[in-house]
Parts: sequence; C-alpha cells; structure tokens
Amino acid sequence: MTASADVTATLQGKFPQTTPRASGDHPAINVPLSEAVAVLTSLRDEHAFDFLVDVTGADWGVDASPRFTVFWHLFSTTSHAYVRVAADCTNDTDPVAPTACDLWPAANWHERETYDLLGIKFSQHPDLRRILMWDGYPYHPLRKDFPLAGIDTPLPDLEVGEITKATAKPAPMVGGPFVASPGEINLTEAEPRAKDESWTERREKPASE
Amino acid sequence: MVSANNELAYNTKIEGEVIVTKADAVINWLRSSSIWPMPMGLACCGIELMASGNSQFDIARFGAEVMRFSPRQSDCMIVAGTVTYKMAPHVRRIYDQMAEPKWVIAMGACASSGGMYRSYATLQGVDKIIPVDVYVSGCPPRPEALLDALIKMQAKIRREPAARNLMASA
Repeated sequence: MTASADVTATLQGKFPQTTPRASGDHPAINVPLSEAVAVLTSLRDEHAFDFLVDVTGADWGVDASPRFTVFWHLFSTTSHAYVRVAADCTNDTDPVAPTACDLWPAANWHERETYDLLGIKFSQHPDLRRILMWDGYPYHPLRKDFPLAGIDTPLPDLEVGEITKATAKPAPMVGGPFVASPGEINLTEAEPRAKDESWTERREKPASE
Repeated sequence: MVSANNELAYNTKIEGEVIVTKADAVINWLRSSSIWPMPMGLACCGIELMASGNSQFDIARFGAEVMRFSPRQSDCMIVAGTVTYKMAPHVRRIYDQMAEPKWVIAMGACASSGGMYRSYATLQGVDKIIPVDVYVSGCPPRPEALLDALIKMQAKIRREPAARNLMASA
C-alpha cells in the first residue's frame, strides 16, 4: 500500500495541474479532462495499474457547475492497490470526455453505460451506442432531472406499440421509491416496499405539519 | 319377458365401438390435457419454472411438460420474470407467432404488475401488451403455485365454447 500512497504525489510531480481528491478509501486524484488520458497512460505504464475496474460518472445536480464528473477506478494486479482518477467535464449541457478504449478494451462497455445513463459522450469511442436502454430512447435516466418513475415514451418497437397501444409510462410510485431494508431482522419489514404509504398517484401526499 | 337393465356403463357388445359426447367436451379435454408451454423465463421465476418441470413437482402430471422453445409449437406462454420495456416488444412478437388457440400465464409479481421494479425501465405488468389468462402471485411463486395456475387454466379451457369458436373461424 505504501507504493500506492506515493502515486498521487508522483503524479502531481509529473502533471502539475492535478490535485489530490478527498477520498474515504483509496488514493484519489483530480485531473483536468485534457490530461486524463495522459495520466491514465502514465498510471498504466509507469505505475503498473494494469486493470481498469470501472469507468463511471456523477451528476452533481441540475444547477451544479461543473455538473458532470467522470471517474476511472484502476487496480494494480502486482501491488494490489487501487487508485481513483476524477475529471470534471467542461461542458455542463453536452458533456464530453476522452475515451480510454485504447488503453483498456474493458473501457468500451463501461463508457457505453456511462453514456447511456448519464449522457456523457466519449470522443473517439469506437462504438458509442446505448447498452442498457434501447436505441432511440430520448433520455439519460441517471441524470438528476430524470424522475425515477420515468417519462412517457413510445415502446422500442413502434409496430408493437401501435398494436398494443402501450407506451413506457411512468411507473406508479405509490409511497415513494420501492426499496429493501437490508439488515432488518424482521423479514417482513426487510422486503422491498414503499416507505411512505400515506399517498398514491390518486391521493396527494398530505402536507407535512 | 322383460329383463332388468343392469348395464351401468358403456357396453361395446351392445352399442358398438361408438362414444357419444359433445364436441366441446372432446376438444377441451384434448386441449387442456396437452398444454405445451412456451417458457418465457426472464428472471428468477424462470428457475422456479424449471423446478416445476423436474420430478419433484412433475408438471407432466398435468400434460404440460413439453416445454417448446419455438412459439409455433406452443399453446401457453408462461411469462416468468421481469419484463423490461426493451424486452416487451419481443415478448409481444413471440406471442403473435404462437398458433391459436393460445393462453398466457403471468407468473410472479413482476410479470403480473411490475413487482418491486417501479422504475423507468420495467413494464408494469405484461397484461399491458398481451392478454393474460391466469396471474400467479409470489416473488417468485413456488412450483406448486404454478401448478395451481395450470389447473385453473385447465378449468378455464374446459369452459370455452371450443366448437363454436372453431366453426366461427372456419
């Protein structure tokens, strides 16, 4: 682990624009988006972070600026250390980040997922299609301005949509998100359920005193 | 001299090899006793569906052991699992490819109502896109519950005016 603690310091020496990032677990570093690929290349080739664990992103809120941040989680199979690299996207409405597909083929699907759910485009990506939602879906569901229940959208197959008159309607929330309570001793309480059943779509939530 | 009629059952020696019954009864008996399921296993309910086929639960007792992976050869689609919006058109297309007469069992909470997946990605009940005959509660339902649904569907099939429907469609 000592080697990994030095990684951020060494990187700061090589890339002066990088800053250490507050982290509860592994060493983390903020990098400017333009230097992200160079930093990742350096981590892979000079610090033996040979394994790309995850590429993901964060939406900090509709009004936040920078609104989107891209994260790369790296692991070294030789020193068994992790490191997290974060880069803020410069454009808040149409975020773009550089692809890491050339460094790790594993980045391909992770970046497609990040694009699908958060709408962060990866430039130079060989095949930037949606991976979970269907082609042509107009929204990016993990964005903060997208409701969990969804937004009324035609079905992926228009012909089937025409026959069935069905659309991807907002799901009934009746009592808020449907969540499980892990760790609950009483299994009936632990089962996934709405936490606030005082309201439904037909009966508004009573105003709190 | 008049002899007492002791014949309680059908006697081939007297009546010949002829059975008199109603067309509906015969057709429905055939249909309900040989339901070939189309296993639409989309999630964990699919595992219980597989269990229903093994010897402990033995769906063959009800003539429904012939799982067909071709919609052309199946009578009853068992939708076992969560139907996402991305999957929904394919479920509908497979249903359309099944030959009449056809039935649908919505197995489990997800197929019946979306279950615990109240989200943008999940179809809130497969009855939004295909007509469902029997709903099975449970998450996932035990194989006995599926067998119960099958028996209920057999009862439903036996009530159908099969002959009239056949004449109407001919």
